[in-house]
Amino acid sequence: MALLEATDIHTYYGAIHALKGITVTVDKGEIVTLIGANGAGKTTTLNTICGIYHPRQGTIVLDGEPIHDMPAHTIVTRGLSQSPEGRRVFGRLSVAENLEMGAFTRKDKAGIKRDLERVYELFPRLLERRKQLAGTLSGGEQQMLAMGRALMASPRLLLLDEPSMGLAPMLVDLIFDTIKEINAQGVTVLLVEQNALVALSIANRAYVLETGSIVLSGTGQELLNNPEVMKSYLGID
Amino acid sequence: MLKNLRRRVSGTTIAMWIIGFILLVVVIVGVVRTLMIGKYTGADWTDLFVYGISQGSVYALIALGYTMVYGILRMINFAHGDIFMAGAFFGYFTAIVFEKNGFFDSPTVDGKLVLALVVVTLVAAAGAAGLAILLERIAYRPLRRAPRLVPLITAIGASFFLEYSFLGLFGSGIKGFPEIDALKGRVSIFGVEILKTQVVVIVASFVMLIALWLFVQRSKMGKAIQAVSEDKDAAALMGINVDRSIMITFLVGGALAGAAGVLYALLFRQVYFFMGFFPGLKAFTAAVLGGIGNIAGAMVGGLFLGIAESLFPNLVLDGLGIPAPYQLKDALAFLLLVLVLIFRPTGILGERLATKKA
Ligand SMILES: Nc1ncnc2c1ncn2[C@@H]1O[C@H](COP(=O)(O)OP(=O)(O)OP(=O)(O)O)[C@@H](O)[C@H]1O
Ligand SMILES: [Mg+2]
Repeated sequence: MALLEATDIHTYYGAIHALKGITVTVDKGEIVTLIGANGAGKTTTLNTICGIYHPRQGTIVLDGEPIHDMPAHTIVTRGLSQSPEGRRVFGRLSVAENLEMGAFTRKDKAGIKRDLERVYELFPRLLERRKQLAGTLSGGEQQMLAMGRALMASPRLLLLDEPSMGLAPMLVDLIFDTIKEINAQGVTVLLVEQNALVALSIANRAYVLETGSIVLSGTGQELLNNPEVMKSYLGID
Repeated sequence: MLKNLRRRVSGTTIAMWIIGFILLVVVIVGVVRTLMIGKYTGADWTDLFVYGISQGSVYALIALGYTMVYGILRMINFAHGDIFMAGAFFGYFTAIVFEKNGFFDSPTVDGKLVLALVVVTLVAAAGAAGLAILLERIAYRPLRRAPRLVPLITAIGASFFLEYSFLGLFGSGIKGFPEIDALKGRVSIFGVEILKTQVVVIVASFVMLIALWLFVQRSKMGKAIQAVSEDKDAAALMGINVDRSIMITFLVGGALAGAAGVLYALLFRQVYFFMGFFPGLKAFTAAVLGGIGNIAGAMVGGLFLGIAESLFPNLVLDGLGIPAPYQLKDALAFLLLVLVLIFRPTGILGERLATKKA
């Protein structure tokens, strides 16, 4: 059953038509990835789903409830959170405070404590540095914090925007292993990645975005075997 | 070309250091000569110093509103001084009621007086906070996405609007804040004789400054305000209601300014429509001195400005043989502002601000 159904989404930046009728569905328990060149509209898609931008046309339904008219801060309470492009951690707050902000809308103290322990288990480095200001963390640590912060909302659907951006290969592996682990714990994942090869290899399904439109979709394996995808996104002939 | 540029830059830097050095020498000469003349006694200096702290803590309370609003909206709310004025008016009207009912008559501090003062302060804080929220909702929120100059001009307009509304409603006359018998005279604290009103002002201010500090640093809402100040979209992704956080920032800043209005009225016993102008400007200066956007900076800047303004004229200018040093205290405040902007544009706690922004 579809957890998220975004149908025929049109998003504009002023006069710029950034998303031209995109349809994306994510089923419960899946990892779905969205790949595409720079400027294709991947970030715009995630931010439209999250309510940072609102589609001029189209519907977004989360588990049966339309969310396309809701403000971003309300959508979080419906079980959807995002680790945004460029991490955007709160540099002046400590690691622990950033995580506290991730759980901002929650009232269940016991659940928050459990999720905090889970995040520290996934990223032991954050536990070591929990009192440090987030602005002084390394890029990799900030990425862990951004993901951990999104997990603190206890999401059913987690959106990740380029979690491997700017990280050393070893760290990239760690991040992708963690994504698989988070998914195995029951969180559905919608993943945007430049690193198409790795993304496709862990994804159940994938969409290819090109200048605001979906041009291809299929299982991760299908796209990996598609010579056109290989050529344009992986630079492999 | 590059060489040229380098020479010019180092030239200005050298000129600035020379100016700085000369100023330092002038200050030292002034201080030494004043102390040698020995015109003032130790008690005089204590008086000036304590007066400076009381004045400075009021500046600090107002400065917090400037700095918090700047932090969250990157705008200077020039109407903030008039929120302070409005608070003084609300406090004044409440105080009159208490006065008529004999709450201020007792020659010693009693429960009735404390209750009255607390209620007066609360009413002033609530009224000013309400006004600040209205101002944000009506005048600033619709302009959130406008170029930065637009809300600035609106703020100046709002300032005039408030001043002339209070002028129209309550006249141009100066209203005398009720005199409180129990707060007349001095009290001895650790052997130092201090005016009772100043004790009240300093204690009340510090309680509020500490409360604000705890609110911002410890409470969930305070941290949310910090998060919104840093990155509104990211904060919204956490489920933080950005509009509400901005509203609460205006509410808190307004409440502090309103309470400051009462304390100011206790010190100077004058309430009138234009009374927010200079304290507002001074508090803004204090916020810049401390590093605008920096909460600890506003507190430090306010106290620093209050003390400097109070001590400096007598301490330095007297020794230089300037005839009426105290008349120059306002000029001094703004001279300090200019100097800080030249030598340390990010303010006293500026370094922390700079790293914080990164
Ligand atoms: N705030 C904005 N204002 C105007 N145009 C924007 C804005 N944000 C994005 N765009 C434009 O919308 C298009 C899609 O941008 P988007 O950020 O969604 O791309 P992306 O696929 O995430 O790219 P990247 O891989 O570089 O992150 C681009 O042409 C971009 O220039
Ligand atoms: Mg992007």
